[in-house]
Amino acid sequence: MSKSFNVNLEYLTRVEGHGNIVINVRDGSLEECRLEIVESPRFFEGMLRGRSVFEVQHITSRICGICACSHSLASIQAAEDAIGFTPSEQTVKLRKLLMDLEILDSHILHIYLLALPDFLGVKSFVPLIDTHNQTVKRALRMKKTCNQVCDILVGRHVHPISCTVGGFTKLPREKDLETMLELLEGMTKDLEETAELMNQLSFPQFERDTEYVALVSEDAEYPLLQGSAIGSSEGITVDKKDYQKVTNEFVVPYSTAKRTKWNRESYMVGALARLNLNYSKLHPKAKEVGDALGMNRKITNPYLNTLAQVVECFHCLYHGMDIIKELMRDGINYDEEIVVGLNEKKSIPVKAGSGVGAVEAPRGILFHHYQVDDNGHITDANCIIPTAQNLQNIEYDMRKLIPEILEKDEEEIVHRLEMLVRSYDPCISCSTHFLKVSFVK
Amino acid sequence: MKPPKVAFFDFTCCEGCQLQVANFGESLLSILEIIDLVEFREVMSEKWDGVYDIAIVEGSITTPHDVERITKIRQRSKTLIAYGSCATIGGINGIKNNFSLEEIKKYVYGDSAQLFETLPTRPLHEVVEVDYFVHGCPVYPPEFVEVLKCALSGLPYHVPDVAVCVECKFNENVCFYEKGITCLGPITRAGCNSWCINNGNICYGCRGMVSNPNEKGFQEVLKQYNIDLNFIVKRMDMYNTCRLKQNLQGGIQK
Ligand code: SF4
Ligand code: SF4
Ligand code: SF4
Repeated sequence: MSKSFNVNLEYLTRVEGHGNIVINVRDGSLEECRLEIVESPRFFEGMLRGRSVFEVQHITSRICGICACSHSLASIQAAEDAIGFTPSEQTVKLRKLLMDLEILDSHILHIYLLALPDFLGVKSFVPLIDTHNQTVKRALRMKKTCNQVCDILVGRHVHPISCTVGGFTKLPREKDLETMLELLEGMTKDLEETAELMNQLSFPQFERDTEYVALVSEDAEYPLLQGSAIGSSEGITVDKKDYQKVTNEFVVPYSTAKRTKWNRESYMVGALARLNLNYSKLHPKAKEVGDALGMNRKITNPYLNTLAQVVECFHCLYHGMDIIKELMRDGINYDEEIVVGLNEKKSIPVKAGSGVGAVEAPRGILFHHYQVDDNGHITDANCIIPTAQNLQNIEYDMRKLIPEILEKDEEEIVHRLEMLVRSYDPCISCSTHFLKVSFVK
Repeated sequence: MKPPKVAFFDFTCCEGCQLQVANFGESLLSILEIIDLVEFREVMSEKWDGVYDIAIVEGSITTPHDVERITKIRQRSKTLIAYGSCATIGGINGIKNNFSLEEIKKYVYGDSAQLFETLPTRPLHEVVEVDYFVHGCPVYPPEFVEVLKCALSGLPYHVPDVAVCVECKFNENVCFYEKGITCLGPITRAGCNSWCINNGNICYGCRGMVSNPNEKGFQEVLKQYNIDLNFIVKRMDMYNTCRLKQNLQGGIQK
């Protein structure tokens, strides 16, 4: 095969943020293959210096509108860890519910609006309004429901209002709990239909075994908000405080975007990695669906990340409903409602320290790390987002995939690659410290 | 009449304001019946090379490339809507302007800092002409619908120029100052239905300052409650750095 072609796909669409794919095949061999990040840098870590730990979550949730709740939760965890504050059981429960809602919402956005058009051979959901009207309506309906439940819980999904360091500034009333439960119950049928639809799609065949990394826990719960450690499919775990041993950020010579690797040349985070590490801990309902979709084994086809998301949707929906039911049964202690500006009144004691937050955002493990001075002001900040951790892995996937599909026409190759990148559901807008890449011509 | 061609664009931002559109649910379909959505990179691969009747632009301008791109978009658009705080006032991205560019670049990127360019954060109207403003971080969906209606029918939209306190009082919230806590409601422009205060949090000023804030009155409030001016300035520069700096420097150059 002596095919030659260049691909220079500017502005990947249907992903969050700006990225390019650059490929150069000469005489049938792959000379160059990169996923470039061209997002304008935003300097969050730099901007956080000097800000109070009590307002930092408000700023960091603006790193990403799609996973604003995850950033809030990771940020709060890091801040509380740094000043030595332990949240109440009720607070943790509500935060877990928020995590469930966020993953559910984000996965639905990806499954239907970003990924599905590829399988139906169209460029976006817009033409589907005519051809698959019920499907589009179902997607929008489910998204809206997640959003409504989030509105009740934290004021809004894009940049939650009431969840802050210390707890919640507004706690759901009894009636709110009932409404949230009703709304979520109303989603179960739509989700069943989602699983059926997904079962009918044929995913591209491609296998590449890699290292899978996710939070792991000692207890029986599927770890999303807080795991006891960071685990790898290579059988290694480290404390979350030692996250830098996992991420090992490095720069590669042909591209200036920061990458990560741990025990192998690259690793994958996200729904598929979580399933590969923690399948047995999924909610029974999710396991049932996962078994039916054939996800109950080690999966090494990255395209199936979308199916892993479907399984997680079931987990998050049912786990979330269980939390609400528990809260309804036990009642909510409203004395825990916190008043912001506590920092002005110094009701939460502050001390200098360092804190790490690690949560499973929809796209994978997310780290926030703050150093705080005696006044509770940040002196140093580091945020490592899931997409940064996946970048190197995506490139290795592309390198293995391209030779396997070289006989296809160029358009099809490009489409396969786009689909591959999209299956990771990359969130480039999160980019806290991606570097701009210069073109190698 | 042909439905107007509408497109969404994003610059330096979190894309949260765009997401608010997907959150409309099924009512999004009725909006799509009256417009022709031709570009929306976050959720569409379609491209359009003609003239946009309405360009809805999110994000602030922070790189030379951003400047070029927004200038081209403006040339091709009959109406341009600045969408969300990043676009209307610089938003959170403006915090960067509190630091020296060289220093903050070095802090985040170390030795690789020289590899890319960045400019002080600017809202859209400091670079191109803007026809409509939708403030908020994120935008408040009912207001966006209002603005869209106005833009579609060619009517002006007047951003409320009263303080968030006005809406806060209508919502019968107990004022934070009475609890001894500072809130930026008195100088921030309304239109969000006092979103944050209704949810137990303070106003951080995300919609920007009213055009003529009652500075004297506000200073008296601060004095009455014994609040340090630096404390409040620090809080204001979360969203309003672009304007604060502009006042200090007597205007930012285009
Ligand atoms: S204004 Fe806020 S929500 Fe909107 S894009 Fe900017 S940071 Fe995101
Ligand atoms: S709480 Fe804030 S917005 Fe409401 S009245 Fe008081 S100062 Fe104004
Ligand atoms: S209350 Fe203030 S910070 Fe909250 S949305 Fe309204 S203007 Fe923005």
